[in-house]
Amino acid sequence: MSFAKNLRCRECGRVYPLDPMHVCEFCFGPLEVVYDYQALRRSLTRERIERGPLSMWRYADLLPCPAETVVDIGTGYTPLLRAAHLGRLLGLERLYVKNDCQNPTWSFKDRVVSVAVTKAREFEFGTLACASTGNLANSVAAHAARAGMDAFVFIPADLEQGKIVGSAVYGPTLVAVDGSYDEVNRLCSELSDKYPWAFVNINVRPYYAEGSKTLAYEVCEQLGWQAPDHCLVPLASGSLYTKIYKGLKELAWLGLVEWRGTRMSGAQATGCSPIVEAWERQSFNIKPQRPNTIAKSLAIGNPADGYYALKAMAQSGGYGVAVSDDEVVEGIKLLAETEGIFAETAGGVVVAALKRLVEQGQLGSQELVVAFITGAGLKTQEAVASRLQPSLAIQPSIGSFEEALSERAGALPATRK
Amino acid sequence: MAKQRVKFTFPQELIKEPIIWQLSRDFQLVTNIRRADVTEDRGWVVLELEGEMEEIERGVQWVVERGVRVDPVAGDIVEG
Repeated sequence: MSFAKNLRCRECGRVYPLDPMHVCEFCFGPLEVVYDYQALRRSLTRERIERGPLSMWRYADLLPCPAETVVDIGTGYTPLLRAAHLGRLLGLERLYVKNDCQNPTWSFKDRVVSVAVTKAREFEFGTLACASTGNLANSVAAHAARAGMDAFVFIPADLEQGKIVGSAVYGPTLVAVDGSYDEVNRLCSELSDKYPWAFVNINVRPYYAEGSKTLAYEVCEQLGWQAPDHCLVPLASGSLYTKIYKGLKELAWLGLVEWRGTRMSGAQATGCSPIVEAWERQSFNIKPQRPNTIAKSLAIGNPADGYYALKAMAQSGGYGVAVSDDEVVEGIKLLAETEGIFAETAGGVVVAALKRLVEQGQLGSQELVVAFITGAGLKTQEAVASRLQPSLAIQPSIGSFEEALSERAGALPATRK
Repeated sequence: MAKQRVKFTFPQELIKEPIIWQLSRDFQLVTNIRRADVTEDRGWVVLELEGEMEEIERGVQWVVERGVRVDPVAGDIVEG
């Protein structure tokens, strides 16, 4: 069952029923789902969760929809890996990587979309919609197919072919918009007012955002029901980051983990870092930016939850880190070469930020650190393609192979006895 | 009549300008401020504009041309 009680304005605290709405009618502040924590505390146990499915829906009690009605394509319960090699290289003895590349459409967006689509169906919407340059579009298209709903997916007209395929294959109405980022933004905002569709990150956003909490739940459960000392999370709208923090706090309130004051650090690329820029100014006032970075999945110049991310950063004692595009590419390669995980650019941002935090002495070697890797690298191959060529080019003969190898390595490896 | 909920973000040089007053004086629009935060170096105002859709569009265009950033209240909605 769901213990969701109502929606509450994050600014003025006004309370609303669980309807498809996203801003407070009074102050236009964002709405958030509130749960009956007293009832949850009485009925939710570790054992109850452990008996659930091996997916994000094992935490259905902590989400705003009952487990029986969910639209699920197999999302969640992704691996939490001890990153021993990367940790050794960086000087972190207890480093873990939450590998959310392994979701059905290869990014964490499946978590939020699964909740949004479930609620959209419950609210009797017939059509899903979103505006996206990649991961969100893929996930909405896939979930609409699974739910038997129509889907409109708005994408910039100049989007790379590879990203178009990842959405088009599921059969949505894919709308290529010939306009700037701001124009696409404005158009979709107006469309959401005009058409009775479930725009996943607009009118059902309060529910959509809750899906991200499952990352925190999974990490704690996979660590043997303990919270990390430090989380490093990529920042785009700031929603993922704030919801992971909310998830950690909920588990502590419910007595499922011990509260250990987890520090929440967030990472962006310098080409679009409005949250980190405000953090560096020690301000809660975000200055919107025009994105210019290869980390397109994080390129939100005017982040809806930026203010709340800054509050969580300040409250938890975390850090904001911005890294260059070159560091992002190095981060992608470092994670792949040390842990065998090919992440998209957001993962490169996280690994580069991890390195920076260690170098600046902001991460202790004994801290239990979790780095959140939120999307798979095959989606953004262009970021690293130019730097990755075959190591050797040879003719089909052993002589050619050995000549090329000795030129490169100086000596040949041992042969069979 | 149409309504649009928007967020105006003012750069430092425009903070002292009565732009919202000018907007309602020069365009057939009702401006209804719901939330704001103005400091000495920058400020934002969340408000509702009410009027004919074409007039709202003309008014918003004028505000943008003055150098104010205008966004939907939900922030950027094009996600990665």
